[in-house]
Amino acid sequence: MSTVVSSADTRRAGAGPREDARAQAAGPKPARLSPGRVGIYAFLIVSALFFLIPLYIMVVTSLKGMPEIRLGHLFNLPSEVTFKPWSDAWLHACTGRDCFGLSPGFMNSVKITIPSVILSILIGSINGYALSFWRYKGANLLFGILLFGAFVPYQVVIYPLIIGFRIMGIYSTLTCIIIVHTIFGMPILTLLYRNFYAGLPIELFKAARVDGAGFWKTFFYVMVPMSVPITIVAVIIQVTGIWNDFLFGIIFSGRPNWPMTVQLNNIVNTTTGVREYNVNMAATILTAAVPLAIYFISGRWFVRGIAAGAVKG
Amino acid sequence: MARTRRRFNYSAVIGTIPMILVAVGVFVIGIAFTFFWSFTSSKLFPAYDFVGLRQYYRLWASDRWLVSVSNIWIYGLLTIGGNMVFGFLLAVFMDQKIHAEDLLRSIFLYPFAMSLIVTGLVWQWALDPNLGLQSAMHHWGWASFKFAPLVDVNTAIYGLVVAGIWQGSGVSMAIMLAGLRGIDSEIWKAAKVDGIPPWRTYLFIALPMMRGALATAFVLQCVSVVRVYDLIIAMTGGGPGISTNMPAVYVIDMITSSQNVGQGMAAATMMLVPIILLLSIVGIVGWRRRVRAEAGA
Repeated sequence: MSTVVSSADTRRAGAGPREDARAQAAGPKPARLSPGRVGIYAFLIVSALFFLIPLYIMVVTSLKGMPEIRLGHLFNLPSEVTFKPWSDAWLHACTGRDCFGLSPGFMNSVKITIPSVILSILIGSINGYALSFWRYKGANLLFGILLFGAFVPYQVVIYPLIIGFRIMGIYSTLTCIIIVHTIFGMPILTLLYRNFYAGLPIELFKAARVDGAGFWKTFFYVMVPMSVPITIVAVIIQVTGIWNDFLFGIIFSGRPNWPMTVQLNNIVNTTTGVREYNVNMAATILTAAVPLAIYFISGRWFVRGIAAGAVKG
Repeated sequence: MARTRRRFNYSAVIGTIPMILVAVGVFVIGIAFTFFWSFTSSKLFPAYDFVGLRQYYRLWASDRWLVSVSNIWIYGLLTIGGNMVFGFLLAVFMDQKIHAEDLLRSIFLYPFAMSLIVTGLVWQWALDPNLGLQSAMHHWGWASFKFAPLVDVNTAIYGLVVAGIWQGSGVSMAIMLAGLRGIDSEIWKAAKVDGIPPWRTYLFIALPMMRGALATAFVLQCVSVVRVYDLIIAMTGGGPGISTNMPAVYVIDMITSSQNVGQGMAAATMMLVPIILLLSIVGIVGWRRRVRAEAGA
């Protein structure tokens, strides 16, 4: 998730979960159930099936026993529902030598995600605030570099980071992975908050200044309370992004701290012996559960997060 | 943004120390080091001897890298093309005052909420040659049905494309639908009065008017294509053989298991080239538009 956005977009992103009045279907008004209408629905339903089928086979596979899976009826409902794959995936599935299932990975992901989200949002909002109201000489250049960084493939900076963290002596630790997520969340969050604060009335800032509030006081007493809507968007972007991360987790967190995605991949792809497809699918659903829950609960906010993460040409 | 006058304030500088460190330390010095190490013979640890372009010669003579580059083209063109076309079609069909629009939007977009690892594993299972889609179709009596791309060296990359489109087309749809809805409703009325059929209105009037949304979706897709890593690791692991290697996989492999840092840094530098090209094009187009707008005004 990366990148640049016009201030109009972000302001809308912060405007609340309701659609504005303009966002109504603008297409030609249809007649009732003409062949054309049938065609439209047919296309949409077939597309919806394409998107839903993987979810469906994930769920049914995870509820079947292995003998039934070996029959090769991918789409059949389980003849006998079993929850054993789910408990196996959570508690007993093996990643290499250890057989504790996904639960340690889940805990690691929580331990990585919560501090990373808080730290990255705190820093991103201070950056955005400084860039909107306290622009010092060279600040815009820094911001430009940061935006460029949003487009840089991670592979380009990963090795220098590894060396840097080694020198500091924190490579392969929880601190390390939290810092890495904070670094790579910074471009998008700074942009998000900068555009949000740029849309606030300047009088607000001036009033605080007249009352004698400085940089920090204005931020904590005036800006932070006003930033709730944009912070919801930021939290959604960061929680899903960090939870879903694999690359940084495997490189920077170190084996004892591997997040859930890394452990999931190890459970599925490095098994020696018989592959238990039902356990694999249960583990996959468990890993996807947190971001999916956020997605379905947050609804339109999530779409706004994407719009905010989108590049404006 | 001319409304804030520049005032120097120590608190502002102190508050943005993390930004200064990241912008300069990671994105300037970091990239500089990557570039520098690409001219050295670094193996497991960084070396500081200068070997000229040797790493680049070796890179472009490596089969694995050449396969990676051709893969990124195949994968990139097909997924970006697929996501743009499919996303546009979905957006147009969603724009027909249909029922259950919110439900359909949720369905089209949910794959994007999930990790690419999850996407890769699900499709790996769905495309399993013995127990997946292919065998299910055989059991349903379609004995000649063949779709198990992942096990064949020549077709594995197309399996990745399917997963890429499944994951990414919903995003294009969401961005383009927003673009469509941003078009003035008077345009539609005028087109209708003139008797222009709806499909032509969409293709020749609406499409050019939603340039912004198209560019947004396109750049987003490009960035994610250059970065594609998790999906490959989860779905094929780069195989069978080296058939689904990609530049991102090549770089990570060089700096970890292959312990050939110089080579990895040369490959990483090459990954930066298309991004810089793309950004320059976007920058130049934006600049020219601004110049033209000023000239017009």
